[in-house]
Amino acid sequence: MTSGATELEALLREALAPVEPPADLAQRLELMLVNLTELAQDELESWELSAMRDPRNWVRPAAAAVIGTTAGTALVVLRVRARHRARKAGSGSLRELAERTLHDIAEETRRVLPDR
Amino acid sequence: MGDSDGSGSKSKAELDARFTDLYKAHLRDVYSYSYYRVGNHHDAEDLTEQTFLQAYRHFERALRESNGRPLRPWLIRIAHNLAANFYRDRSRKPESAIEDAGVISSVHTTESLVEGREELQQILAGVAQLPDDRREALIMRFALGMDNREIARALGRTDGATKVLLHRAIRQLEGIVAAPEETQG
Repeated sequence: MTSGATELEALLREALAPVEPPADLAQRLELMLVNLTELAQDELESWELSAMRDPRNWVRPAAAAVIGTTAGTALVVLRVRARHRARKAGSGSLRELAERTLHDIAEETRRVLPDR
Repeated sequence: MGDSDGSGSKSKAELDARFTDLYKAHLRDVYSYSYYRVGNHHDAEDLTEQTFLQAYRHFERALRESNGRPLRPWLIRIAHNLAANFYRDRSRKPESAIEDAGVISSVHTTESLVEGREELQQILAGVAQLPDDRREALIMRFALGMDNREIARALGRTDGATKVLLHRAIRQLEGIVAAPEETQG
């Protein structure tokens, strides 16, 4: 390397000396970083709440409830139907049969689905 | 549930702590690079802010992909890309740092250093005339003290190509600085 190039490099080092950032920039940046980290934390914490508010996330519990109800209802229908012949034989009229059937349904519903 | 929440928060806290270290270690580098790229403090502050914001967004991935290598070239590359967008969006060329120096020389030591030193002003004016890639390589080498490998990573070039780039930049600058003397002499 020539002495001219060496001298030029020395001048370059002086001319392109590192520039100190202004103090207020450092403060602003630090504040921005604090806000960013807090925002990220808040987002993380609020995710579960927002997830519960999102109806798409209700599918599984709703499906579970529907399945439970359907199964219970089906059981009531089966049991009511199973006793239909006996009710029919014991009923003097269509009205009496209807009343007995309704009563039977109510009883079976209370037995199979106690919360309803 | 509790465990996963705990480890998640911990790694987030670790990431934030590491980013804070990176920020503290390289704020001056990013600011210096930005200043010499855009030529004034106002835009250099904006560019520095944007660089760290962008870096924060992609920090986790950068850490993962760095394989333990220093992240300064990555940080400077972000500033480099943002500076390129800055010129494209505002359709303006970089100002010479020396034009700005007189206005706020009391704030920063660099301007007061250059002020009154005609030879240094001449060097800065010469650097401003260089093609973008050569000017950037010189800023990285002399303002930030980056070695060839770091500059290569920041510019997305090979080590060999970076060495040639720096050599040509210095040769061209020599020519620019010598030219007025020859014409005057």
